[in-house]
Amino acid sequence: MPAALDAVAALKGGWAGVTDRASLDHAAVNVPASDLPGILGLLKRDHGFDMLVDISGVDWGMNAKPRFTVVYHVFSTLGHEYVRVAADCADDLVPEVPSVTPLWAGADWHEREAYDMFGIRFTGHPDLRRILMWDGYPHFPLRKDFPLAGIDTVLPDAEVVAETKTGAIAAPMMGGPFVASSGEINMSEAEPRAKDESWTEKRPKP
Amino acid sequence: MPTEHAFPDSAARNAQGEFETEKMSISMGPSHPSTHGVLRIQLELDGEVVTKADPVIGYLHRGDEKIAENMTYNQFVPYTDRLDYLAPLANNMAYAIAVEKLAKLEVPPRCQAIRVITAEMARISAHLLGLGAFGIDVGAWTVFLYSFTEREKLYKLFEELTGARFTTSYTRIGGVARDVPDGWTYKVSEFCDQFIPLLEEILDLLTRNRIFVDRTSGVGVISREDAIAYGLTGPNLRASGVPLDLRKDKPYSGYEQYEFDVPVGTKGDGYDRYLVRGEEMRQSVRIIRQAIAKFPPGKWYAEDARRIFAPPKDKVLTSMEELIQNFMIVTEGPQMPAGEVYFEAENPKGALGFYIVSKGGGVPWRLKIRAPSFCNLSILPKVCVGVMVSDVVSILGSLDFVMGECDR
Repeated sequence: MPAALDAVAALKGGWAGVTDRASLDHAAVNVPASDLPGILGLLKRDHGFDMLVDISGVDWGMNAKPRFTVVYHVFSTLGHEYVRVAADCADDLVPEVPSVTPLWAGADWHEREAYDMFGIRFTGHPDLRRILMWDGYPHFPLRKDFPLAGIDTVLPDAEVVAETKTGAIAAPMMGGPFVASSGEINMSEAEPRAKDESWTEKRPKP
Repeated sequence: MPTEHAFPDSAARNAQGEFETEKMSISMGPSHPSTHGVLRIQLELDGEVVTKADPVIGYLHRGDEKIAENMTYNQFVPYTDRLDYLAPLANNMAYAIAVEKLAKLEVPPRCQAIRVITAEMARISAHLLGLGAFGIDVGAWTVFLYSFTEREKLYKLFEELTGARFTTSYTRIGGVARDVPDGWTYKVSEFCDQFIPLLEEILDLLTRNRIFVDRTSGVGVISREDAIAYGLTGPNLRASGVPLDLRKDKPYSGYEQYEFDVPVGTKGDGYDRYLVRGEEMRQSVRIIRQAIAKFPPGKWYAEDARRIFAPPKDKVLTSMEELIQNFMIVTEGPQMPAGEVYFEAENPKGALGFYIVSKGGGVPWRLKIRAPSFCNLSILPKVCVGVMVSDVVSILGSLDFVMGECDR
């Protein structure tokens, strides 16, 4: 039996609340968020999954329950296999999972990115601040309620604002290449024109 | 007689009258020639020694993952060019294979061979730039001139194949855009033949170059444990002594049929990273030669990719069925099954991964890009502490990152 399936079987036997996760490729499990450090630590220590390759947040939509999931991909540098570990965040308003930075130093930036993009908090992270957006940015861009065009935002530096007299403005969508968002069926809603949230024929370019 | 004058340095003395050193904070970048793009490192200096380094990234953040959620799978291909824009053909392939795994598509051997040849050419081109830029960073200008001459030849070949020099968008999901032109593989072989002696000449400019060795040897040492803990991949990981190459260990696109060696470093310093990249170019040439030698005939796209590809234009204009199909693919996108896939390919900079969550339909629900440069840079706060500012330049050059990919 490949090490990945072996590890998954051991996890299901040893931990309550660990279930199989539907997957098209690698071995995958759902785990309770509170057990994440324990389970990932076990995978790292006992099963040779020594490299954390990726941490990804997923927003299942405004009405989904639970709304946020954090997905970890761990890789074995000797066995050359992946395991996908997913944990749902219990609270939809303040999504929270424990940090795995004590296990992998590289988790630092991945967790900062998931926080930056989704607002998922990683408890125990040494320095949880924004990484791709600027400090003080008020929104979480990869959440599904954040529009594709962006939201007009004041720039963080008062001096720059005084000089330029402008903030970060939403992107023009008119005639853009964007067609449809996942799940949309109504073609008139999926048209690029309908997606414009900043300037249209009626509202001129600012 | 004691004087009442306050000496200018009195402010720097503490209560005991001893000098206190004050740390200086400087911003390196975002526009600095050695940061290869728009990386900014906030350095805290004690004299000329770095005591703390805090990389500030995101200057090139374009929201590629958000954009991907709002367009069909086919439409995202050009955006993959702009990740690691020094090796667009390799990015195209990684993305295409990820989506093909989701769609359960098998591409024919000829398509696989074309992808391998182009990806290895992209690797040579990316490493040549990395080497040239590294040379400039540590004061060896000549390498840059030689390596860019060779890159130019590669770009000519890319242009002939794809119509574009830089942003190629050559791969399609389930195939490639078009078959290779007549005589193109012969030209690639010719390039390989003249490239190998030139490569040796380029590497000779650095390998035994006293200044280059002094600037890189023992600088930016990354231990094997650290490299794995920080998720380093590609030449940076292999230079630290971990023989992990996804082309060898998790073969895709027919890499298992080619013979090549995986160079591994021993010390994990900048010089090892340079040696690994140099050897990888030789191995890439080996792979290209083998792929051309057994270049298989047949189709360059998967037959059952029709539900993903737009049909041929002449059919669209003459046949009702194809016209409808073309309309559906353009407006709604290729219909994919629901599910999750994660695929990583061995790109010039490291393992480029795509994690796709599909709820069915023509648009991904979530597409996460695991960028190798992002992970490779995350080790900077550790590896830059205790070195001189000029060594930071050398470390950045040896890590060979691309901000387009790091910031996405």
